[in-house]
Amino acid sequence: MDAKELIARRVAREIAPGMLVNLGIGLPSLVASYVPASLGVFFQAENGVIGLGARPPEGMEDPHLTDAGGGFVSAVPGAASIDSAMSFGLIRGGHLDMTVLGGLQVDESGHLANWKVPGKMVPGMGGAMDLVTGAARVIVAMQHAAKGQSKIVPRCTLPLTALRRVDLVVTELAVIEPSSMGLILRERAPGISIAEIRAATDAALVIPDHVPEMQLA
Amino acid sequence: MMKGALRPEAAAELIPEGASLMIGGFMGVGTPERMIDALVARGVGGLTVIANDTAMPGRGIGKLISSGQVARVIASHIGLNPETQAQMIAGRIACELVPQGTLVERIRAGGMGLGGVLTPTGLGTEVEIGKQTVEVEGRRFLVETPLKADFALIGAWQADYIGNLAYLLTAHNFNPVMALAGHTVIAEPESIVPVGVIPPDAVKTPGVLVDHLLIRAQ
Repeated sequence: MDAKELIARRVAREIAPGMLVNLGIGLPSLVASYVPASLGVFFQAENGVIGLGARPPEGMEDPHLTDAGGGFVSAVPGAASIDSAMSFGLIRGGHLDMTVLGGLQVDESGHLANWKVPGKMVPGMGGAMDLVTGAARVIVAMQHAAKGQSKIVPRCTLPLTALRRVDLVVTELAVIEPSSMGLILRERAPGISIAEIRAATDAALVIPDHVPEMQLA
Repeated sequence: MMKGALRPEAAAELIPEGASLMIGGFMGVGTPERMIDALVARGVGGLTVIANDTAMPGRGIGKLISSGQVARVIASHIGLNPETQAQMIAGRIACELVPQGTLVERIRAGGMGLGGVLTPTGLGTEVEIGKQTVEVEGRRFLVETPLKADFALIGAWQADYIGNLAYLLTAHNFNPVMALAGHTVIAEPESIVPVGVIPPDAVKTPGVLVDHLLIRAQ
């Protein structure tokens, strides 16, 4: 299993029946594949649909129905199409149960940076700041390191996405819960030791007595 | 009040050098493409574009960026159009990046006669720099100003003869909100149907807001 699949399968276990969930583009969007339809979860795409479905069969795409990355999607029974004001009203108004986003850095305060690398990448924040500010639960799904550098750091050096402390960070090595006491190591990936996680992490971790292995969907 | 259906070239003639334009669409979905093609053909420059994004080269707003007609962009995301980023870095486009939910609410405030928006989004980030904050019932908010434009260019699914508009699926996006915030509203429907075909409950933009329709695609 590759890193991205492992992360997606672990995040999928956070999703409870009946939730309204927004998945970011890229790695977070993989989570939907591991959430059984029987849970009755609705996925929101911020460009204007509640009840996002899988990619349609070849040749049956509708140019009026895409996800926030512009890719063709379908809609599930019970779906609703909404305009951008309603879409962000849901997000900012506390009606969205969970958002899963990618990250560039998460720090010991639980702050997320995920929208800008000054001088290198200035794509704009899109909906990220509203999602992190307003969603009931914020989960960061990201690889533990980029180009050999830990993405879990003492203090974000990149511009923050919001002041809000994120609720959970899931990487291919660990599940980490930011808290008022710091970053608590909650779970290890299968076959990964606490020492290996510590070695791969620049930030200080709070290590409870028992750190179980991840269960995957 | 609806003034009639125009050919795209005639609609583009209404738009002068340096105009501000709100343009509907999300990555080109729901964008009035024929209107943009006519603007590119007309060649007016110095435009301000207020939109969710600048699509990609060769599509929607991306065509106006590539033709060098845009001097200023107010958008939430330009990441999928490398030409916007290149022109911004070269100093040819002034770019204001706004969180998506804030952008749509600023447009809504402009269109609905409100003095601005109080939002928690952007507090403690670069977005807060230079802005007023206020405390309401113990919570802190950023004060965001309303946005209006000389023209709103709307992409719709159906219009009827008096300009009532209906939209499809994710092609709503910014369109219904922008239709309130443009001084002159030009809508490009995919089809024009007799009055009564769009049920009143399905009208998302009442015709009283629309000044001009584009005639059907030839």
